Amino acid sequence: MKRYIALFLACFMLVALVTGCSGSSSSSNSSVAPSSSSSSKVIKIGIFEPASGMNGAGGKQETLGIRYAHSVKPKVTIGGVEYTIELVEVDNQSDNSKAGSAAQQLVSEGVSVVLGSYGSGVSIAAGQIFADAKIPAIGASCTNPQVTEGNPYYFRICFLDPFQGTVMANFAYDMGLRKAAVLTEAGDDYSVGLGHYFAQAFEKLGGSVVNVQFQSGETDFSATMASLVSEGIDVLFAPSSIESAPLIIKQARNAGLTCPIMAGDTWENETIITNAGDAAYDVYLSAFFDPNDTSAAAKEFVEGFTEWLKADNTRLTNNGGSTGVAGVSALGYDAYMVALAAIEAAQSTDGTAIRDALVNLKYSGVTGECASFDENGDAAKDMAYIKTIDLETGTFKFLQTQTVS
Amino acid sequence: MHDFFYYIQLLLAGITVGSLYALIAIGYTMVYGILRLINFAHGDIFMAAGFFMIFISATTSIYVSLPIVLILTVILGVAVERVAYRPLREAPRMSVMISAIGVSYLLQNFATYYTGGLARPYPVIPFLTREVTIGSMTVKALTIITPVLTVILVVALVLLINRTKIGMAMRAVAKDQNTARLMGIKINNVISVTFVIGSFLAAVGSILYFSNYEQVTPTAGAMPGLKAFVAAVFGGIGSIPGAVLGAYVIGIVETFIKANNDYAIFSNAFTFALLIIILVFRPHGLFGEKLTEKV
Repeated sequence: MKRYIALFLACFMLVALVTGCSGSSSSSNSSVAPSSSSSSKVIKIGIFEPASGMNGAGGKQETLGIRYAHSVKPKVTIGGVEYTIELVEVDNQSDNSKAGSAAQQLVSEGVSVVLGSYGSGVSIAAGQIFADAKIPAIGASCTNPQVTEGNPYYFRICFLDPFQGTVMANFAYDMGLRKAAVLTEAGDDYSVGLGHYFAQAFEKLGGSVVNVQFQSGETDFSATMASLVSEGIDVLFAPSSIESAPLIIKQARNAGLTCPIMAGDTWENETIITNAGDAAYDVYLSAFFDPNDTSAAAKEFVEGFTEWLKADNTRLTNNGGSTGVAGVSALGYDAYMVALAAIEAAQSTDGTAIRDALVNLKYSGVTGECASFDENGDAAKDMAYIKTIDLETGTFKFLQTQTVS
Repeated sequence: MHDFFYYIQLLLAGITVGSLYALIAIGYTMVYGILRLINFAHGDIFMAAGFFMIFISATTSIYVSLPIVLILTVILGVAVERVAYRPLREAPRMSVMISAIGVSYLLQNFATYYTGGLARPYPVIPFLTREVTIGSMTVKALTIITPVLTVILVVALVLLINRTKIGMAMRAVAKDQNTARLMGIKINNVISVTFVIGSFLAAVGSILYFSNYEQVTPTAGAMPGLKAFVAAVFGGIGSIPGAVLGAYVIGIVETFIKANNDYAIFSNAFTFALLIIILVFRPHGLFGEKLTEKV
């Protein structure tokens, strides 16, 4: 009797597995490329982003930008034939050890270009897989130099951490702050890298730096904060994941640390304001984009994107429940458009051809000059937007633009 | 260079963390004592309690949701035992352990699926998070409440085990299941009670823990669960006072390591090095009974 039950259960699971898989793949096909049943040709673009884990909230916003771009331009013409673009999304879970299998999944899906990822660590971990498969990848917001260094197939359309770190160091120093604590997450390439460049620049300016590292997944910062209070620091620079940010902000304030808290681009995510609440005063960060930018391209994007977000509740939830336009969404949009321009320039679905087209591509998007890559494959971005948190409205408020002279 | 209050503050933080580990560790150690099973899903039941609070408090007031959360968590804990452990009662111990790991992943992935994998803010429970001033220090009320409540619960639990009928039954089942059954003890009921107590304490711990850290993620139970497990092993798995003592040692030492900026990174390394050292030199822990193989 027991054996039959087991057999039945096994069959049931097998059936569930098969129907579950086919169900999900057919639904993604229908939502992304509704006309794929007709004889039109399909080109696949891979989205390599976290949808869960430490940076899930940011990955979702970047993906929203890409999906919006896809809804604006769902087709591309290659050699006189119209191709429907199909987005293939994988979740790298913000985890370096899971990045490889997620990337492999894209490779076996046969994508022509990859976009992403949010979070430099996963991009670095997956870079070689894309290079080996000769699939060009376009990083939207991964700022660590190692993402593109020595990888001819990885490109990037945002600024880099040496630049961002220097910008924030200048900004802090200009505020008259002289003693900084740099709090970074061990094992997170983004956090450690950006913290290092900040410390370097800040010390060069004449400030002093206390370095502190914490383990990934840490939730208790009370002891660290107590020791920083007794150190008497002027500013806390804590580039870290979206998940750690509210914990750091709240526990710093609880421990009596009232000085400015600064971080990099990852902190431009409204879930941080929601989760940190009133503690998020005197917080400054550098961002990629200002939604109040007056340029025509930026204005058109912000208006279109906000409308698109409002049209669907899931989109709003993925955006942190608000209609605020994050810099990473704008970069996601630009990354998609750069990929499209490269495919058109290459007139091919072949990875190597697209990669060769990217090298010489010129493209200006909503976040400024996106293509015209240097020898590493990095865009020439030379401006960061410094923002602060406006507690009354619960949004990010633009303060000033900052360049490095 | 640090004043006296700085160390008091650290000690208080350490005791709070230790108390939270203790509440979780009791769940591990009790289940182990009775079933010889390391219930790997325990940390995830703790996480689930956090999400219960978030979803229930969204529809009703905090004070109504507190008891509901406790009840739901207990139901979840007992349900896990019913579905995943009881059918394997006669199976080799390894099978039950693998089943526990499976439940752990199931709960984590279900939470990820249901919440979208993002951190959710934990509701503010005013009487826990308001600030109190002692001397020249200002701390959250829960820093004081947590250890006091933990001690009360542990004393109550020890009394329950040593002085009541069900406690006697639990001790009997822990000693020898078959003999206990021959004496007319309903083993399944006793085991269910164990899971009720363990899950209840995990829920209390969850309320205190997440009130302190104020956000819940699907993997939030993993690390505290592991630390509590180390605490239980350190104290001698199966022994309740041992688990509590182990939890306080780990909580306090970790806090002091974290306060030193140069060595902060080694706080987890300390905990797991402790696990290895204990397993090598004193496998039955501080208070654990030596296991003699029954022939």
